[in-house]
Amino acid sequence: MFAYAVRRLLQFIPTILAISLIMFVLLNVLPGNAALMARGEQDTGAISTKDIEAMKREWGLDKPLWYRYAVYLKGLAVGDLGKSFLRREPVIQLLKERVWPTLKLAMVAMFIAIGLGVPLGFYSALRQGRVADTVTMIGAVSGVSMPQFWLGLLLMYFVSVKLRLLPPQGYGGGDFKHIILPAFTLGIGYVGLLARTTRAAVVEILTLDYIRTARAKGLSELLINQKHVLRNALILVLTTAGLQFGDLMAQTVIVEKLFSWPGLGSLLVDSIFQRDIPITQGCILVIISTFLLVNLIVDLLYGVIDPRIRASYK
Amino acid sequence: MKKWMIILATLLLTAFLLTGSAHAVRKGGTLNFMAPYGGDLSTLDLTATSRYQDYLVGMNIHRGLYRWDAVNSVPVLDLPESVEISADKKTYTFKLRPNIKFHHGRLMNSDDIIWSLTRIATMKPSAPAFRYINMIQGAKDLNAGKISTFTGLKKIDNLTFQITLDVPIDLKYSLWFPAVVIYPKEEVERLGDAFATNPVGCGPFKFVKWVKGSEVVMEKFDEFYMDGLPYLDKITYKIMGEAAARDLAFKAKELDATIVGAVNYPEYKADPVISKNMIEVAEMFTRLIGMNPDFKPFSDKRVRQAINYAIPSDLIIKKILKGKAFSARGYLPSSSPAFDPKGKKYEFNLEKAKALMKEAGYEDGFVVKRAIGTANKSWGTGIYEAAMPYLKKIGIELKIQQMEGAAMDARIRSSDFDMFIWSLDSGPDSLETMSRWKSDVDVGSGNYVKFKNAEFDKLLDQAAVAATEAEKNELVKQADAIFTEEAPVWIFNYNKAVLAFHPWVHNLSKVAPEMMFQDLTAVWIDETSPRANEK
Repeated sequence: MFAYAVRRLLQFIPTILAISLIMFVLLNVLPGNAALMARGEQDTGAISTKDIEAMKREWGLDKPLWYRYAVYLKGLAVGDLGKSFLRREPVIQLLKERVWPTLKLAMVAMFIAIGLGVPLGFYSALRQGRVADTVTMIGAVSGVSMPQFWLGLLLMYFVSVKLRLLPPQGYGGGDFKHIILPAFTLGIGYVGLLARTTRAAVVEILTLDYIRTARAKGLSELLINQKHVLRNALILVLTTAGLQFGDLMAQTVIVEKLFSWPGLGSLLVDSIFQRDIPITQGCILVIISTFLLVNLIVDLLYGVIDPRIRASYK
Repeated sequence: MKKWMIILATLLLTAFLLTGSAHAVRKGGTLNFMAPYGGDLSTLDLTATSRYQDYLVGMNIHRGLYRWDAVNSVPVLDLPESVEISADKKTYTFKLRPNIKFHHGRLMNSDDIIWSLTRIATMKPSAPAFRYINMIQGAKDLNAGKISTFTGLKKIDNLTFQITLDVPIDLKYSLWFPAVVIYPKEEVERLGDAFATNPVGCGPFKFVKWVKGSEVVMEKFDEFYMDGLPYLDKITYKIMGEAAARDLAFKAKELDATIVGAVNYPEYKADPVISKNMIEVAEMFTRLIGMNPDFKPFSDKRVRQAINYAIPSDLIIKKILKGKAFSARGYLPSSSPAFDPKGKKYEFNLEKAKALMKEAGYEDGFVVKRAIGTANKSWGTGIYEAAMPYLKKIGIELKIQQMEGAAMDARIRSSDFDMFIWSLDSGPDSLETMSRWKSDVDVGSGNYVKFKNAEFDKLLDQAAVAATEAEKNELVKQADAIFTEEAPVWIFNYNKAVLAFHPWVHNLSKVAPEMMFQDLTAVWIDETSPRANEK
């Protein structure tokens, strides 16, 4: 399994290189520049062409695209992601400050999604065709289709304005009461998704021969569900959760802006609107790397859950 | 009779005392304020930014030679206690207050002023703050690296220094801006780049922490030069760009005050409690549609005037902006000292507009293929859409191109447009404001509509050497009348900036250059605040 992990890690290099090239080209051909955006949205007086040119020179934007990409790659190789145009801080420093709040938010949201979605899906599958199944699935579809921005505002309104139970925004040092609303807003869509995935997997497994055999052997329903159904369903659930974790990291963009959460998502949005290209590149790189890593972890976990897959890693 | 008079006097005294105690200034507590513009702050080194989001927070940590007096709507001395201006208006001799301390404990002296201004002039690339000091003698040469000392700055003694200008301008209108602030040299050098995130100033509040993307916290500076001030123990600036989230945070009493957008304005106005705690000001931003004279029809003044007559700006303000804007007449806003309340206003008059189009030879109209704008609700493409049915009546069709700010900025600066809709800076100094439209100012420096008028230029040149402020404003007023008559732009409105606050917040002010430039030194909260005792 170790050799497999190393092999997969090495495959990351060409993937990241390809993505970095696409990202670099796209970001650098966008109209508008950071020197102008530094002034904010309203025109607040003149900034001379000379100053704009000087800023471009300092930021290296006067050089050809291929040269800038080469410089970027050289820095990337030694972990130097450049310096923010506007903040004048090393990008790596900014990312370090923002990664943990985003990871924390994504993990709590995923915990909510798995904690609610898997049992609901399992329960729904066991009650297939009954009222409970229908109600659960209607809830799941609603959860998946609810826009996060709207849900966040709704939660803020009822929980913070009406009930006064939780703060409507902010980080509060990352304490529990500040994370609940954003994590719920982020996680609720994935509750629906995981519930539907789990239900589909369980319904399929329940029709398989080995379940019938287990029942014929006289095993209790509890034991069948626990040892045979859940364990086999988990592979599909884990795949979905793993794939969705990367998506979840990207989805933090909306939630973080809404709740003034100091994570990567809000940094990414700000940097895009301010044309602070080094930060945008850094944020995207972190999100992609997290996505790749989580998928690797999921693949390795398959082996832990299923000995047949573990054998294939050799 | 005497007995009744005593009873009446006692009642009056009691009433006075009761009222007095209800409004007595209270010290302490925490104010939850907001930084509402766009995203996170970029820096707290105010010399190195041009973002209002940075200024509105940093201005309560740092101080400069002047500050904005919101009551009289004019810049006043801040760090200096006095200034003497020479007869030719080129030499300013300042005397610093003797009790100004930086947050790390050292007293300020003339060297700090000279060092801070020199730093602004020598930063590479040019500091955004440089434009506010580039009229000081030697500033441009120093900036270009041609000389090594700032010839326009001279230390007289520890508390006295002199600033000499190239041209006689009113320095207070440049130096009040929050970008021109004074720093302690040793702290800037010690911290290097980190000074931008751990600033040391001399303002009423000391920096505590900046949770990036979330909040900035500052606490009372006990040794601030104004005795007994500030009143608050702590300020937390919540970084909240989302208007809907801000509205809910305000209603949840998490925010003590909020800036109000057009969407919420009618609701807030109708609320019996909130409506009593709102301040409004004609902010010094003029919303307009600029017309490119390189597009042939717009080179004709009659066509430009026809557009001004054809669009019912007051109706759009009422229906689309829900009344959250001040009707415009002239470029300078009603809060400007050079505003002319009797100036020309293009009242909605379709017949007159049609006649002008016919006179100009465009009776059949034309198509404007590049009407560019952003998605901004108050000065974006939605306003084009509201104007289109009216413009169609005089034969003008618009092809709207919506883009975000950076892209539009670049398009305007390269004259790649027929029309643009935007919000332009229009204050506080009337002369500087109108000067952007002078014939010798290029597109890149702000004359986006390539306005050229010799009479206009002459009036502004005269205003620059006017003996008194009143005379200057009178000349600028005349120049604005010419600008309005020539109609290089359709002047839509002046922003009505609205700040709503909870009843426990006192002393917020109507700051015309930018409502969010709130100097919180004298702001206080009473005991009904949920954070009245929070330190």
